[in-house]
Amino acid sequence: MRVKAESLTAEQLRLQDEQERYYWRDIGRRIMKDWRLYAMLLPMILVFLFWRYFPLYELVTAFKTSDTTVKVMERNFVGFSHFYNLMFGADSPDFWRAFRNTFVLSFYGLLFGFPVPILLALFFSEIKSNFYRGLVQVFTYLPRFVSTVVITSLVTMLLAGGSTFSQPGILAQALVKIGAIPAADAMKGMLYIPKYFRAIYLVSGVWETAGYSSIVFFAAIIGISPTSYEAARIDGATKMQQIKHVVLPGILSTITIMLILRIGELLTIGYEKVLLLYNPYTYSTADVVSTYVFQRAGIRAGATTNQSLASAADLINAVVSMLLVMGANLISRKASDTSLY
Amino acid sequence: MKRLDSTEIVFKVFAYTFLTVFALFCLYPFVYAISAALSGRVAYYSGKVVLLPVQLQFDAFRDIIFTKRFWISYANTMFVTFYGTIWALGVAILGAYALSKKRLVFRRGFNFYLVFTMWFSAGLVPQFLNYKATQSIFGAMGVMDDKWLVVIAMGMAAFNVVLLRNAFENVPSEIEEAAIVDGAKELQLLSKVYVPMCKSTVATVGLFFGISRWNGYFWARMMIRNRNEWPLQVFIRDQLEEILALEYEATTAYAPNSLIYAMIVCAIIPIMIIYPYIQKYFATGVNVGGVKE
Repeated sequence: MRVKAESLTAEQLRLQDEQERYYWRDIGRRIMKDWRLYAMLLPMILVFLFWRYFPLYELVTAFKTSDTTVKVMERNFVGFSHFYNLMFGADSPDFWRAFRNTFVLSFYGLLFGFPVPILLALFFSEIKSNFYRGLVQVFTYLPRFVSTVVITSLVTMLLAGGSTFSQPGILAQALVKIGAIPAADAMKGMLYIPKYFRAIYLVSGVWETAGYSSIVFFAAIIGISPTSYEAARIDGATKMQQIKHVVLPGILSTITIMLILRIGELLTIGYEKVLLLYNPYTYSTADVVSTYVFQRAGIRAGATTNQSLASAADLINAVVSMLLVMGANLISRKASDTSLY
Repeated sequence: MKRLDSTEIVFKVFAYTFLTVFALFCLYPFVYAISAALSGRVAYYSGKVVLLPVQLQFDAFRDIIFTKRFWISYANTMFVTFYGTIWALGVAILGAYALSKKRLVFRRGFNFYLVFTMWFSAGLVPQFLNYKATQSIFGAMGVMDDKWLVVIAMGMAAFNVVLLRNAFENVPSEIEEAAIVDGAKELQLLSKVYVPMCKSTVATVGLFFGISRWNGYFWARMMIRNRNEWPLQVFIRDQLEEILALEYEATTAYAPNSLIYAMIVCAIIPIMIIYPYIQKYFATGVNVGGVKE
């Protein structure tokens, strides 16, 4: 750090300069000595630079005219007009619908999806037979490793509507049988009825990820010392009391971290899955910001395209989700000394 | 004192029942897929297939096996998975190793550079424009094959680098010092000491990369121009869309859906084969790296 120049004599200034130079020379020497480390780091730096950081520059599309006939660089700046249009203008109904759908899907996903893996982990820790637990774990992890395309294809076919020559998909039939949905809806195809979309998305999501997400919690529960349970038992604690006073405090930091991670992903609803499951009939509940962006960007032909508008919608989403993750991290650091970043 | 309290017994019974039912639910769609692929058309249409194949036929599998485009897409997926995993894992291991060294100058800066990409991503449109630009640059360099674009430009994940970095940081420094005394340089240290010592994390991260490559759909669909370079997932989706658009009754021995089920079964077989071998690593691999306070 440089101190104010006037308060120093020429000699002191010279010494300071020398110190600074020495500091930089020292850093240079340390880098030269470890050049191998920097060479190892380089490919990663470049990969992130080219395909994660360079796209940031393209964000300027959101502030420019949407004239796709010229290159992004040559388009004129229009300031925040696309943002204004999205939030208050002609495109606001669709945008806010997408924003609300994103939020609702993520919020329910968190509300129902987050506790299930913890519950599963709790149950896993009850099974003392290693063989049986291993078997059950293999089965429950499995859906996590199957692709979104396969999962959505299965969902599409299991819930498919019927026709003059065919019955509805097997799962739709089962739901009719237990009285969960009317037979007419099963015939029509559940994926074409807006009110079922959220349930389909959430249940298939839990089915897909719950088992695998329980690994982290299971490891944390296994890490709790058995003597804590013994002590609680001697004090006559029931199972529920043991869970409340031994298990939950023991895995609290894991829960906090996973919660921060999930909150950070709150608005980054996987567009792949929605894109593969929705159709024009269910836009009212299924269209999320990323699919709205996809439609409007006209990456694949369709809809009226406006690349800049799409870019602006995406940017709003990205900024809100960044604020969410930082907020969650801050709160957790204040509240419990556990933070992720 | 091993006697169980009555509440504990109730909980145990409940846990066993719930997990068994949940596991069966997880497994059922896959069993159903096999059965549906093996069932006859009339049985499938009339909803008689519930668990086991009805009106057994092997025509659906036979037709898949003789579909050339299916195998081309299968080969493309294998190509992308193989080279993509090697590339991403290699880059991630090298970078994570350098980042794990406390003596690295600007270490905090590099870490921020990495983690920032987890917080904020430019989004669909900028990413698309960026890949388009990359595609034309690759084209100018003579790489016309879009599979290489998928391999090189896509699939890097900061989270996986963080997992590896955390694992490398936990290697005791005494071991490293001993190897340095023996005259080992960075690359030898990494390959002879660090990677073997963090075997489970490396395996887990490798699996993450591999699975995401095998399952990748969206950007492959967007960026690959030539149908003959499509990976499996894109091909399956394309076929599904074609079949969903059908409005008349098929005349084959099987229902058109059986063809999709057969494809799905073929597509997840490799995962099923590799999965049991690698599954034992997750519990340790994820645990060591996943949670850091």
